[in-house]
Amino acid sequence: MRMLEGEKVTKYFGGLAAVSQVDFYVEQGEIFGLIGPNGAGKTTLFNLISGAFTPKSGVIKFKGKRISGLKPYKICRMGMARTFQEVKIFGNVPAVQNVALGALFGTPKSVSTAEATKEAEELLDFVGFAVPKNIPAGGLTLVNQKRVEIARALATKADMLLLDEVMAGLTPTETAEAMELVKRIRDRGVTVFLIEHVMRAIMGVCDRIMVLHHGEKIADGTPQEISTSKKVIEVYLGE
Amino acid sequence: MDMSFFKSRKLWVLGLALIILVGLATLPLYGSLYMTILMTAILMYIILTVSWVIFSGPSGYLSLASAAFFGVGIYTSAILLPNTGAVFPVIVVVLIAGAISFVLAVLVGALTLRLKGIYFAIFTFGLVVLVKEVLIFFEISVTGTRGRFIMLVDTHTIFYIMLGIFVVLMLTAYFIRRSKFGLALRSIGENEEAAAHSGVNVTMVKVITFGISAVFMGAAGAVIAMRWTYIDPYIAFNPLFSFLPVLMAIFGGLGQFYGPLIGAAIFAYLEETLLTKFPYYYMLIFGCVLVGTMLFMPMGLTGLIQKGWRRLIGGQHADA
Repeated sequence: MRMLEGEKVTKYFGGLAAVSQVDFYVEQGEIFGLIGPNGAGKTTLFNLISGAFTPKSGVIKFKGKRISGLKPYKICRMGMARTFQEVKIFGNVPAVQNVALGALFGTPKSVSTAEATKEAEELLDFVGFAVPKNIPAGGLTLVNQKRVEIARALATKADMLLLDEVMAGLTPTETAEAMELVKRIRDRGVTVFLIEHVMRAIMGVCDRIMVLHHGEKIADGTPQEISTSKKVIEVYLGE
Repeated sequence: MDMSFFKSRKLWVLGLALIILVGLATLPLYGSLYMTILMTAILMYIILTVSWVIFSGPSGYLSLASAAFFGVGIYTSAILLPNTGAVFPVIVVVLIAGAISFVLAVLVGALTLRLKGIYFAIFTFGLVVLVKEVLIFFEISVTGTRGRFIMLVDTHTIFYIMLGIFVVLMLTAYFIRRSKFGLALRSIGENEEAAAHSGVNVTMVKVITFGISAVFMGAAGAVIAMRWTYIDPYIAFNPLFSFLPVLMAIFGGLGQFYGPLIGAAIFAYLEETLLTKFPYYYMLIFGCVLVGTMLFMPMGLTGLIQKGWRRLIGGQHADA
């Protein structure tokens, strides 16, 4: 089953096509990677999918339902959660409450505060958050802030997770842990769509990969196909 | 050990709150008439400040519309309680004033709460000017009057209604702060985009809270109008009532629940005392106090209290 589908998705910033006529789909249960040089339109595509932007033209469907034009909170409650390239957490709020917020508001059904807190604690354990959970999130290290962000996204009972460069700025050990975490998230039954710059990571975890360049899709396929594609090598390494 | 400390502290606070409340409720029995009138004014400032904090504190949206909602309450009172005889009972008028302010806030909020930072602050202030100018225009060209007289209402009645609004407001503020609604509001203040993408209907949370805070401002305006007995658009929509709540909240300290409360109480008392004791230098002294607060107590009075408390107990609960 196709979890997410985009047809000729286009977004302009002024006269510049940030994302242009992009077709893509993500199958249920897979880890789908999105790569491309800086300014290729990767984060813009995420913003279009999660509802931060509305596409100028084209259709985005999630679980078969059209979502382009819906507000972010509605898309979230349908089962799609995301993280951000620059971590966006609630700095003065304890880590556990950061996550509990996702459980309280991210699902259509109502959850009691006690249940949400319990769930938040479990999810923080799941993502490998190993410091006291009531520390304000702003005082945490980058890797732990990213863990909080992922746990908050998972707390919304998401069926699909958009991860925007979760591994950027992490040490090699932390990157390996993050790759492991992405796989464990998929094993929970969550479809993962991720943007990444760390090639080793993306080649290692993704089932399929799409490459954007100047807002256009230039390739998609298995990691094997992508790493041997002439066009992709040209874009990344120059002719 | 830790839990019992918190439990006993909670009981302590509750007990203190009850004692203060009983003291206030029986004030007309032992205090002078002047005391009652002074306390009414102080309560009014507290209501304005705390209701401003309900919305602007956690959300980080600096609203300068307080004077507009306050003024709408005042005018509601002036129209429904003219000196020629009341249209409705006093308490009903107060409720109507709150309701009208709520509706105005929700309408304005739905339009403007997508504005961020300084733009929101300026727009909300513009609302004060707009309503005032519309009323002036209306009075000049339609009714041909200047200002309105309001029915005389017993000082004690005014005091008790103000006290009632205060109690309801404190309960509302407490429950919003503790509820998941309060958490959503805080998350909006911390990072609105992340809140929206975590399933918070940010527009609704902001608009409703803005409306709730306006209810109390409108109600307070309706009550104080009965004290003032004569009002016109310049009195009712005095921009000072937009800025004072902000100043009082900062003076008290926004970090703690009781900060704005203490800030408003001391601030209002100070203003009253200075005004009566040093009528010529009052603004000068007042300004010095404010500048001193900003310079030496950036966390407000409560910041200072906590610092002193920590020093007193030897820093054992430094992060409590």
